Amino acid sequence: MSAGSGRPPRFRAGESVQVAGREAVGHCRTPWYLRGHAGVIASVHGAYHDPERLAYHKPGLPLKVLYKVRFRQADLWRDYKGPANDHLEADIYEDWLGPADGKERGR
Amino acid sequence: MSNSPVRTTFLRDGAEGRAVHDVGGLDFGPIDRHEHDPALWEKRIDAMLILLATKKGVFKIDAMRRVIEDYGQQEYDRTTYYEKWIQAIRNLLVEQEVVSADEIEQRMKEVARHHRDAGREVADDRIDWSTGGTR
Repeated sequence: MSAGSGRPPRFRAGESVQVAGREAVGHCRTPWYLRGHAGVIASVHGAYHDPERLAYHKPGLPLKVLYKVRFRQADLWRDYKGPANDHLEADIYEDWLGPADGKERGR
Repeated sequence: MSNSPVRTTFLRDGAEGRAVHDVGGLDFGPIDRHEHDPALWEKRIDAMLILLATKKGVFKIDAMRRVIEDYGQQEYDRTTYYEKWIQAIRNLLVEQEVVSADEIEQRMKEVARHHRDAGREVADDRIDWSTGGTR
């Protein structure tokens, strides 16, 4: 499913990013519990057809870059009781990511 | 060719702006971790999806996710995993104009009659064609 993209990825592994806090209309692959949270790019998966368009029988273009993003569990869940270095990794498309602004989403 | 689906989101009651299906992190009680073998009907649904989405290209898996997400909260919470699949497959076959809703209903009646004639019990359950809850 991966295919060459015309544009290079916007983010590199190790960069801090923030998931958009917006609401989606229609199908999207960014779970609610990650929206607004800051994480770090773990790796760049490559460019894929856009699921938000494929879901409506469209060709899924332009391709979107997909990243593996790593989050601290303690940032995601209120009163998280696990070890402080616990992480969660999720695949997030580039249009849902921006540079980290240093502000974690309030919970 | 398709009956253009509408881009919409149905929200889960009392869960901020979460869509109906987007329940990660909400409390639904303990998870049943018992393993079980899939039933024959579940295996058949699995096979149908592979044929339609991969081999025949009638729709993409993304479209199936979208249809399931648009069920509305009551239907989403009531149905099991493969029930969600078969309902979505049925609706997508109609949306993509492979068969009509009337053709499916007609065939369902024939199958039910066949089983009744053979002395088998037939459930009256039917899957509602309308989808979606309140916005």
